[in-house]
Amino acid sequence: MTTSTLESPFKPLPKRRGFDLQGASFTTLAGAAALIIALMVAVIMGNIVLNGWSSVTWEFLSGAPRDGMTRGGIFPAIYGTVLLVLLMVAALVPFGVGAAVYLHEYADQTAWSTRAVRFAVNNLAGVPSIVFGLFGLGFFIQFLGAGIDRALGLDVVYGKPALMWAALTLAMLNLPVVIVTTEEALKTVPREMREASLALGATRWQTVRHVLVPQALPGILTGAILAISRGAGEVAPILFTGAAYFLPFLPSSPTDQFMELGYHIFVLATQSPDIDATRPLLYGTVLVLLALTFLLNLTAITLRARLRASLAGRS
Amino acid sequence: MKRLLLSSLVAIATLGTAPASHAGRPIAVKGSDTMVILGQRWAEQYMNQVPGQIVMVTGGGSGTGIAALINGTTDICQSSRPMKSDEKLKLRDRYQTLGQEIAVAKDGLSVYLAESNPVQQLSLDQLRAIYQGQVTNWKQVGGKDATIVLYGRENSSGTYVFFKDNVLGGRDFSPRVQTLPGTAAVVNAVAKDPNGIGYGGAAYAKGVRDCGIKKDAKSPAILPTAATVKDGSYPLWRHLYFYLRKKPEGDTKKFVDWVLSPAGQQIVIQVGYFPL
Amino acid sequence: MSTIRPGIDSVARRRIQRVREGVIEWALRTCAFAAVAGLLLIILFVFREALPILRDPATQKEASLAGFFATPLWQPVGDVPKYGLVPLLLGTLKVVVVAMLFATPLAVLAAVFSSEFASPRLREALKPVIEILAGIPSVVMGFFALMVLASWLQAVTGSSMRLNALNAGIALGLGVIPTVFTVAEDALRAVPKSYREASLALGASPWQTAWTVSLPAASAGVGAGVLLGLARAVGETMIVLMASGNAAITSATVFDSVRTLSASIAAELAEVVVGSPHYSVLFFLGALLFLVTFVINVVAGVFVERLRRRLAGA
Repeated sequence: MTTSTLESPFKPLPKRRGFDLQGASFTTLAGAAALIIALMVAVIMGNIVLNGWSSVTWEFLSGAPRDGMTRGGIFPAIYGTVLLVLLMVAALVPFGVGAAVYLHEYADQTAWSTRAVRFAVNNLAGVPSIVFGLFGLGFFIQFLGAGIDRALGLDVVYGKPALMWAALTLAMLNLPVVIVTTEEALKTVPREMREASLALGATRWQTVRHVLVPQALPGILTGAILAISRGAGEVAPILFTGAAYFLPFLPSSPTDQFMELGYHIFVLATQSPDIDATRPLLYGTVLVLLALTFLLNLTAITLRARLRASLAGRS
Repeated sequence: MKRLLLSSLVAIATLGTAPASHAGRPIAVKGSDTMVILGQRWAEQYMNQVPGQIVMVTGGGSGTGIAALINGTTDICQSSRPMKSDEKLKLRDRYQTLGQEIAVAKDGLSVYLAESNPVQQLSLDQLRAIYQGQVTNWKQVGGKDATIVLYGRENSSGTYVFFKDNVLGGRDFSPRVQTLPGTAAVVNAVAKDPNGIGYGGAAYAKGVRDCGIKKDAKSPAILPTAATVKDGSYPLWRHLYFYLRKKPEGDTKKFVDWVLSPAGQQIVIQVGYFPL
Repeated sequence: MSTIRPGIDSVARRRIQRVREGVIEWALRTCAFAAVAGLLLIILFVFREALPILRDPATQKEASLAGFFATPLWQPVGDVPKYGLVPLLLGTLKVVVVAMLFATPLAVLAAVFSSEFASPRLREALKPVIEILAGIPSVVMGFFALMVLASWLQAVTGSSMRLNALNAGIALGLGVIPTVFTVAEDALRAVPKSYREASLALGASPWQTAWTVSLPAASAGVGAGVLLGLARAVGETMIVLMASGNAAITSATVFDSVRTLSASIAAELAEVVVGSPHYSVLFFLGALLFLVTFVINVVAGVFVERLRRRLAGA
C-alpha cells in the first residue's frame, strides 16, 4: 500500500468564521436529549414528593388502614413487603452466590454446560414479570402446593396464594441479578490472592470460603441489595401468588397472604372506593415505596463505589 | 454483620412456629367488587362483636370469587350475579356439590352520567344500543353533539355479566368500552368526563348522576331508590349473593346468620344498598 | 479472616477432604444448574398449561388457534366466549411502537452526549439521573401515567379517551430509557480511544467523530440496547395495566385505548377457574410473550457477541 499524504476523509468545516453550525446543533440536540430526560425525572419525583410529603407521618408508617383506606396508615403493607423480601433473600442468596462461585471457580469455561448456564442466566433475566407470575401460579401453587396438600392429606393449605410462593417466585426473578453481580465481584479479587492461598495448601473450597467470598462480600451485598430493591418494587409476579388488599391481621406463617406496598398502590389507584378521599394515602404510599427503593439503590451504589475505590488502591 | 444475618434468620424461622394469632379459623370472603365495601363493613362489625374471629374480605370481581370457590381458596364467595350452570357443574366436578346460594342484599344497577350531561333518562333499548356501539353520539338520544365515551368493568366482574345478560341480552359489548377494574374507577371516570357513561352498584354513585331507566319508550323513567328496588319497579334491580360450597356450619354459619339478621341488614342500608 | 489450615497431615484426612470438596463442588454445580432448571421449568409449566389449546378437543371447541383469528373481538366472558387475538396483538404493537419511538432517540442521543461531548462532571451528574429513573418501580410509573400524565396529554391532544396508547406508550418509554441508555453508553465508551483520536487527528470535529466513527463502531452495542429495551417494553405489565384503558379496540390511532397481551393476563387471571379454556388461553398468551421476548433477547445476545469480537479484533 502506497503511503499517500494524509487526506482527511471528512468534509472540510464550513467557512464561517470559527462557528461550526452543524456541530453545534448536533451537540445541542444530544445535550437537549439528556436535559429532557433529566427534566422528566425531576417532574415525576417532584409531583410525588409534593403530593405525598404531607401524608407521611409516624402514624402513617405505623398504623393500620381504616375507614375503607381513607385514613390510618400502611404499616401492614410495609411489614408484608419486608417479610416478603427477607424470605426472598433467604432463598435467593445461597443459590445465587453458589451458582456464581461455581461459574467463576469450578466451571470449565469452554464446556457447553457452562455456556448453557450462562445462556440460562441471561435469558432468565429477560423473562417478562407477568410470565413469572404465571409460573408462580402454575408451578408453585398448582403443582408444588397442591402436591404437598395431597401428600399430607390436607384440604387447601399450601395450594393457595401464600407468602412462601410469592417469595420463591421473586427469588427466581432476581436470580440473574445476584449471579451476575457476584461473579463480577469475584472477578475483582486479584489472582495473586487466590494463588497465594492455594500455594499455602488450601483446598479450592477453603480458598473460596476464606479468601474469595470475604473479599468479594461488598459486591455480593450490592447484588443482594439490588435484588431486594427490585423485589420490593415488582408487582406483577405477586398479583396471583399471595398479595392481598386488606387483611385484618399481620402474616404470621409462610402460608399466609400478605399486604404489600406495590400491590397496595396498584389497587388503591385503580379500585379504591373513593378516589379523592384515598388520594393522600395513595401518594403517601408511593412516596414510601419510592423512598425505600431509592435508599436500597443508594446503598448498593455506594457499596459498589467504595468497592471500586478500594480496588484502585489494591494490587 | 453476622449478628444481623443471624437475627433475621431467626426472625424468619419463628415465622413458621408462631402460634396462630387468630383464634378460630379465619373466614375467607372473596369476590364481587360491588360488594367488597359491604363485605368489609360486615367483617369490621362482626369482628368487633365476636372477638377472636377473623373475617378476611378481598375483592377482584364476582368471577374471581366464583373461581376461588371452585379452586378451593375461599370459604364464602361474594357475587353480584347468579352463578351460571357451567360454573355449578365445575364446582360439582371438584367438590361433589352444586354449592349453596344465599341472597344477602338487593342492589339497583345504576347507570352513571356526568352531572353536566343534559340527558337524564334512557330506555333499556337505547342503553343497549349505546353499549353495543350502534349509537355513538349523545345527540342521537337527545343530548349534545358529542361522541359517547363508554366506561365499563373488566370481564371478571359480576356487574359486567349482569349488564351483558340483562341489558345487552347476552350480546357482545362494543370493543370501545374502556374496561376499568372497579366500580369506583368507573364512577371516577364518568365524574371527570362530561361525555361519559358508566354502570355499577347504586351505592357508589358519588359525584355522578343516576340515569332514569325506562323499561321501554313509553314507560316512565325510574331512578334506583329504596322503594323502587324493593318493589321491583326499577328495571335493573338484582340480588347480591353469598355462595358457599356447602350449607354453612360452625363459625361460618354464625357469620352468615348475623349478616341476614337485622343488624347485618342495617349495615346494608348504611353502605347504600338495599335490604332484603 | 480465619486461618487456613494446610492439609498436609494424614492420608485419611486428605481423603475425607477430597470427598468433602467433591460434595461441595456438586452442591455448587446444583446451584448453577438451578438457573437452567428454572428457565426450563418456566418453559415447561407455562407451555404445559397452554397446551390444551392445541391438543384438547373440549378446549378447542371454545378456544383454538383458528378461533384466535376468526373473530375481531376479545370477549372471553359470556355465553359465547370470543378470543380474538388481533386487538390484543395490535394493542401491544401500538404501545411498544410509541414507547420505542419515544425512548430510542432520547436515550441514544443522551448516551452520545454523555460519552462524546460531556465533561466528566456532567457525565457524573447524568449517571444518577438515569439510575433514579431506573430505580422507579413500574407500578409507580403506571401510577404517574394514570394520575398525572393522562390528564396532561388529554389537555394537549384533546383526545376523547383519557387512557390510551399514547399515554401508556410514553410511560413505557420512560421505563425503557435507562436500559437503552446504559447499554448504548457502555458500548460507546468501549470504543477504543485510538479511533476517536485518529479521527480528530485527521481533522474531524467532535460531532463528526461521534456521528461517523464512534456511533458506527458501537452500533452492535447500541442495537443490543435498543433490542433489550424492546424486549422489556413488550413484556411490561403494570404500566400498561394502569395507563392504557384496557379496551380491546382495533384501530390505527394512538389516541384510542388499547388492551395489551400482558395486561389481559394480569386483569383476567384472577377470575379463571383452573383448567378452563380461558385459563389455557391466558397461559397461551404468556407463552407467546415469553417466545417473543426470548427471541429478542437471543438476537440481542448475538449483537453483543459481535460487538465484543469486533472490538477485540480491531
